[in-house]
Amino acid sequence: MPVINRSEEAVAASDGFAALGGLAALALGAVMAVQTADPVMRFHAILFLVAAALATGTIVLHAFGPDWAAPASVSLVLQTPSGVYSDGVIRAGLIATVFWGVAGFLIGDILAWQLAYPALNLDLPWTNFGRLRPVHTSAVVFAFGGNALIMTSFYVVQRTCRARLAGNWAPWFVFWGYQLFLVMAATGYLLGVTQGKEYAEPEWYVDIWLTIVWVVYLLVFLGTIWRRQEPHIYVANWFYLAFIVTVAMLHIVNNIAVPIQWTSTKSYQIYSGVQDAMTQWWYGHNAVGFFLTAGFLAMMYYFIPKRVERPVYSYRLSIVHFWSLIFLYIWAGPHHLHYTALPDWAQTLGMTFSIMLWMPSWGGMINGLMTLSGAWDKLRTDPVVRLMVVSVAFYGMSTFEGPVMSIKAVNSLSHYTDWTIGHVHSGALGWVGMVSFGAIYCLTPWLWHRRGLYSMWLVEWHFWLATIGILLYITSMWVAGITQGLMWRAYDALGFLQYSFAETVDAMHWPYVIRAVGGLLFLLGGLIMVYNVWRTILGHQCGDLAEQPRVAAAPELRGALVPAE
Amino acid sequence: MSTPKPIDKISGVETTGHEWDGITELNKPLPQWWLWVLYACIVWAIGYWIVYPAWPGIHCYTRGLWGYSQRQTVNDSIVAAHAAQGKFYDAVAKSDLATIQKTPDLLTFTNAGGRIAFATNCASCHGRGAQGGIGYPNLSDDDWLWGGKLDDIAKTLTIGIRGPNPDTRTSQMPRFGLDKLLEPTQINAAAEYVLSLSNSSHDAEAAGRGKQLFADNCAACHGSDGKGKQDVGSPNLTDAIWLYGGRKEDIVRSIETGRGGVMPTWGGRLDPVTIKMLAVYVHSLGGGQ
Repeated sequence: MPVINRSEEAVAASDGFAALGGLAALALGAVMAVQTADPVMRFHAILFLVAAALATGTIVLHAFGPDWAAPASVSLVLQTPSGVYSDGVIRAGLIATVFWGVAGFLIGDILAWQLAYPALNLDLPWTNFGRLRPVHTSAVVFAFGGNALIMTSFYVVQRTCRARLAGNWAPWFVFWGYQLFLVMAATGYLLGVTQGKEYAEPEWYVDIWLTIVWVVYLLVFLGTIWRRQEPHIYVANWFYLAFIVTVAMLHIVNNIAVPIQWTSTKSYQIYSGVQDAMTQWWYGHNAVGFFLTAGFLAMMYYFIPKRVERPVYSYRLSIVHFWSLIFLYIWAGPHHLHYTALPDWAQTLGMTFSIMLWMPSWGGMINGLMTLSGAWDKLRTDPVVRLMVVSVAFYGMSTFEGPVMSIKAVNSLSHYTDWTIGHVHSGALGWVGMVSFGAIYCLTPWLWHRRGLYSMWLVEWHFWLATIGILLYITSMWVAGITQGLMWRAYDALGFLQYSFAETVDAMHWPYVIRAVGGLLFLLGGLIMVYNVWRTILGHQCGDLAEQPRVAAAPELRGALVPAE
Repeated sequence: MSTPKPIDKISGVETTGHEWDGITELNKPLPQWWLWVLYACIVWAIGYWIVYPAWPGIHCYTRGLWGYSQRQTVNDSIVAAHAAQGKFYDAVAKSDLATIQKTPDLLTFTNAGGRIAFATNCASCHGRGAQGGIGYPNLSDDDWLWGGKLDDIAKTLTIGIRGPNPDTRTSQMPRFGLDKLLEPTQINAAAEYVLSLSNSSHDAEAAGRGKQLFADNCAACHGSDGKGKQDVGSPNLTDAIWLYGGRKEDIVRSIETGRGGVMPTWGGRLDPVTIKMLAVYVHSLGGGQ
């Protein structure tokens, strides 16, 4: 194990720079709060100012304060048993992942009930569907998914590089800076501030803040790889790096906008018309490709072989599917704009590259599933493995459904219908959600130095509630979407439309109710996870430790569980 | 010379010899079916690029052998749809409403077209079955504010009610309470009198006082008998049909705050043939005169 010896000068310099950065942020927040006439901008400036003050205070106390201020025993979050790896920030990230996940699922299910029973919009601006929907999508994609990716990437890159995270304060800046981005984005939506681009709703100043945080994230990740003690870079890190680099590029290009005043929340995009649409879906589709696919494949490539204790099925497949996936994915965005003002040639490219993307996507599924060869019995005995394997199955299903839906003839039926919503959720709930749950159940005992989870039986419950919830969700949305698509295109014998739009909305009521029930089951599973993770963190045991596999325990405790040979 | 690679005991396959945090990788070839399906998808894509518009250049793009154009396809299908409906459509455009109603083929056509035009444009206010609701008249009975003949209905559709069209129907119920035209006790008395017109239960003494108030303030529009006048769109107050509710408090509120619902001006928004189809369809719902 490498031991990093930092000179006292280096530590002092790092503390000094961090404190200066905090003071600069404090000053910026104060100036904005005073100068702006925009109430939301003022609220965000004050939020920013408070965050900067807390950060600066923490840094100064830590660097120059008395011993009692060093938070060694302050919380479960900050304890670091080995001292080799930076794990405090990962513990914080795991808690944030669980918190945002449940918040995002809850808002999602509220929206599902609103669609079935519109009175639940409550006729208030802050609770109507239009404002809550981006809160849901950002909470699950960026808050739950993003925190899951950041925290697992910090865990995986350290272990597979045998190197401590680069930077002293930088990983904490990435964590807290990202949470500040999330809070500014979500409160902005609720208060009616949005640039109206799907999955890129935050306004210009929140985008700039995310850019700063993301660049520091990239530097921390690259710096850790740079100081690795392994000759080769593990496949999970290729995927994490592709995710971090591409998301930076997508985010910056899609958000180039000019604010009407530097003290105003409002800005205008530099693109217009079909160029804006194309840029938006180049971004939107690759957010799926590089955030929700590449990033979570990285997670899969570490946690599945680690949990089942088997080698990755094929090194060659991982290389070929990695490069083909990242080369092909970036072209597929135009399939979101079939039969629009987008030129024919762009639609063709979007569709054909989506078809070619099928096998590169499935390469990850094969590598994930076949890694279980020789250990298939663990599906039966370890529900954490089952979560991750079913997740890969949903991944395979939705990466087949995606190319099918990108075919123009299919898209002419599916586009604008709830089939798309079902497709997104089989990927989001099935793949992203369940592989993250698997990683969370692996990491909680590993990070908090426990012999196992509080309860494997609760993981079983979570697994079944989530799986049944997802199945209700996607089957009801298939029914809803195909019904809608067929109703929209139905003509009577005299050439008139058969149904009005309101009639097609009416036909959605029962599928919407079933979907909301499915979402409720998924949410209940998430709440069970919160309880289980919390009791595990507290060190409690419900008594099924003997049934848990050896790998459920933290690495340093595994030896004690098996008798010496 | 490379050193021999370690062999995975369970599968008997050699690993790549690297290890990260206990994770190793098998040195397995690509699954053949995977590779061949990938190749097939690539070949299919290349074939698609040859026959369809695909790759952009500086000023133009490859058009594809099949000469496909989405815009042309849309134009062709619009022309084809018009052609398929053309015979009836043109006949409806040329005929007056009464003729359409008397010609079975045209009536079938206009009722089909009117049905979906109604469901798309009118049902959100007047209800799916044209049954109306509070503030939105029932179109399936024979009680008409602005006339229930074919031409009346077509005219209401075209110019709207209190809409932006310069010829729109404009008259409205005054705000007797808000504009202090009547005292609250007078409004109460007038409301009791209105109730008495439709033989609803009422306070006879107050209604007696209201009778003169009605003659002075209401009869100009609603008629001295209270049966309403279609040229000003005033409702009949002697029947059991109430646009804004027939309870005492509803009537008091109507007198206090006035009423004046809005119907959009459909002329210019819908083409003249669709307006004709709607007029014939609405006329056929049961109340046409």
